[in-house]
Amino acid sequence: MDLNIIWFIIVGVLFAGYAILDGFDLGIGALHLFTDTDEERRLMINSIGPVWDGNEVWLVTGGGALFAAFPEAYATVFSGFYIAFMLFLLALIFRAVAIEFRSKQPMKWWRLMWDIGFSLGSILAAFLIGVAMGNIAYGVPLGPDHVFAGTFFDLLTPYAILTGITTVALFMMHGAIYGVLKTEGELHDKLRHWVRRSIIFFILMYVITTMMTLLYVPHMAEPFKNHPVLFIVPVITLLAIANVPREYYYANDFKAFLSSCAAVLALLALFGLGIFPNMVYSTLEPASSLTIYSAASSERTLTIMLIIAVIGMPLVLAYTFSIYWIFRGKVRLTESSY
Amino acid sequence: MDVLFLSRLQFAFTIGFHYIYPPLSIGIGVILVLVEGMYLKTNDELYERMAKFWVKIFGLTFAMGVATGIVMEFEFGTNWAAYSRFVGDVFGSALAAEGIFAFFLESGFLAILLFGWDKVSKKMHFFATLMVAFGAHFSAVWITVANSWQQTPAGYHVVGNALRARAEITDFWAMVFNPSSMERLSHVLMGAWQAGAWLVISVSAYYLLRKQHLKFAKQSIKIGLIVAIIASIMQLVTGDISAKGVSKHQPAKMAAAEGHFDRSAPASMYLFGWVNEEKQEVQFGIGIPGMLSWLIYGDASKPVTGLNAFPEKDRPPVNIVFQSYHLMIAIGTGLILLALLGSFFWWKGTLFEHRWLLWIFVFAVLGPQIANQVGWITAEVGRQPWIVYGLMRTSDALSEAVQANAVIASLIMFTFIYILLFAVFIYLLDNKIRHGPEVEAETEETHIA
Repeated sequence: MDLNIIWFIIVGVLFAGYAILDGFDLGIGALHLFTDTDEERRLMINSIGPVWDGNEVWLVTGGGALFAAFPEAYATVFSGFYIAFMLFLLALIFRAVAIEFRSKQPMKWWRLMWDIGFSLGSILAAFLIGVAMGNIAYGVPLGPDHVFAGTFFDLLTPYAILTGITTVALFMMHGAIYGVLKTEGELHDKLRHWVRRSIIFFILMYVITTMMTLLYVPHMAEPFKNHPVLFIVPVITLLAIANVPREYYYANDFKAFLSSCAAVLALLALFGLGIFPNMVYSTLEPASSLTIYSAASSERTLTIMLIIAVIGMPLVLAYTFSIYWIFRGKVRLTESSY
Repeated sequence: MDVLFLSRLQFAFTIGFHYIYPPLSIGIGVILVLVEGMYLKTNDELYERMAKFWVKIFGLTFAMGVATGIVMEFEFGTNWAAYSRFVGDVFGSALAAEGIFAFFLESGFLAILLFGWDKVSKKMHFFATLMVAFGAHFSAVWITVANSWQQTPAGYHVVGNALRARAEITDFWAMVFNPSSMERLSHVLMGAWQAGAWLVISVSAYYLLRKQHLKFAKQSIKIGLIVAIIASIMQLVTGDISAKGVSKHQPAKMAAAEGHFDRSAPASMYLFGWVNEEKQEVQFGIGIPGMLSWLIYGDASKPVTGLNAFPEKDRPPVNIVFQSYHLMIAIGTGLILLALLGSFFWWKGTLFEHRWLLWIFVFAVLGPQIANQVGWITAEVGRQPWIVYGLMRTSDALSEAVQANAVIASLIMFTFIYILLFAVFIYLLDNKIRHGPEVEAETEETHIA
């Protein structure tokens, strides 16, 4: 295993960390407007209150790691998906400030305004993540200089929209289960109800996306065809997904949540294996594709960065676990709550 | 309008807006460490109320910093793809290190700071505050290192040629400790401490004028003044070192900052003025002849490299750099005098009696904010036309795939959102300040006062 593969995995792990952690934040946001009372909405926001901001750091660090390890991929994707990315930033900004601002004033219109900002911001962010991944999977028009040769509307292919909706569904399910863990009483019962619906919604979308991928994006299946042993990954994905309703049925909510985390991780592993060794697949000319070699930084930089990651990641995991430990249990509204 | 101008405008606008908040977080972070440290030591509930109040303000500025900061992480890729391809190997490492070492630390412990009052012990809360303050300082370290590498690149070599050329790290520590990074970092941090200190002083002065929360305000203003006096005097030192470094490594920037054109002659230092670029002279200004030479070399007759030593295409815009530089110095000097004046009256025991001074304090909060902004304008515009000094021109750094209309769209979007956010931020800040710290035992104390 060379450094480039290790960095492909590390960047993948950072984005997977983001998807698992901020995924439930975005899911809570996507479900937010379905709640009725102000207290329910406060509970929803406070269930992610202490953690959402740390969760978002996984994205920022993933972006930084991508910049450092695969600058060509960073430059190509973010400049190529310019408008989509600006909308994603818009969504994240509104999500962030809505959480902070909402509780600061009691007026109904004020709270409603930030409720909408929080919820639409979360849905849009989840959708655009899915659209970006759909495009990376399907491939984009890349010229010989690794420059994106399309427009914003070229990105909104039916396949990308499908992966966008699937991502929203996945995060809704993930967020609803997280919500069940963090709440009690009436809201808890509501969330239990939504878990059931969102599981069905997600599984439907998952099946359609899988079929579409096999039919229209055959290169995503190549690695599995060439290395049959890898077939274990889609099997694990399927088992993780199937285990979510199973645990949920037996009211093992925490295990259902862990299964949901595993499902997110497995789906990303599937995605990573599917595109490997490409980072951005060119639909114009396979030779113009950005691979983990043509997009990478120098070996020296990858080595230095690996040292930084080896020192940094245990610290990051330690902070993350301690925060989740300190704020474990059901969410309660106190004077310092949002 | 061309993509270059639009992208520069967007970057300037988004980074300028972002930079309102991180200095406040760093500066208030220092104040919080002091206040919570005092609480731990004395067990006086006054300090607890102070901590709780300033934590709320901190939470607000931090949220704005996060929301506007995430834009910055990705804007290199969206608008400056050619730059990102060229420097990713070097510059990307610093950004990634910032994420791993600073942001996780900051955001993790922030949760305890904001919501952990009842969940953890006092000591643990203090520890969390300390870690958040460290995290905020670390993020300043890495981002200033990255920017300083753009000013004085070191520890790299350029590989490949023409379009395929890129900078690669040869020596990581030489990159981190490039010639300007430590002096610029200390200058940035002292600017941030002042931003936090003057916010605290300003709010406290406001309470004193309104005769509200007197005990709270008196103690806060003192802590603010201590930080302000240390930081503003240190700023003089770091500013001096930075200026010497700039004249050595980026002489065109220094020459533009003082409107010095002569290829090689003793240079004056101006208090103010207007640079006439056609006539190559500073008009309507007051300057101290030889002062710049003296400050740099300790000898008023030593020649300083002027703008004419550089071909026209390698010179930065002169007047913008001159004006922002002089505004920064004027405000910096003013803040030193103000901090000294405050300390003098504190020593005399009459600090709270001079209403005129308190009124100046209320508005002084703008001082560090403006000085920080114009200081960065000096640094960044003064580096032009280079994006990496001497290595890559700003005009070569754009995203190949991004058209002008896309940048216009995003610029309009950012303008609209940021104006909205700023209005809401000011409104909520004002609200929190008017609401004030939690009132306990304060009522009775107001009567005594």
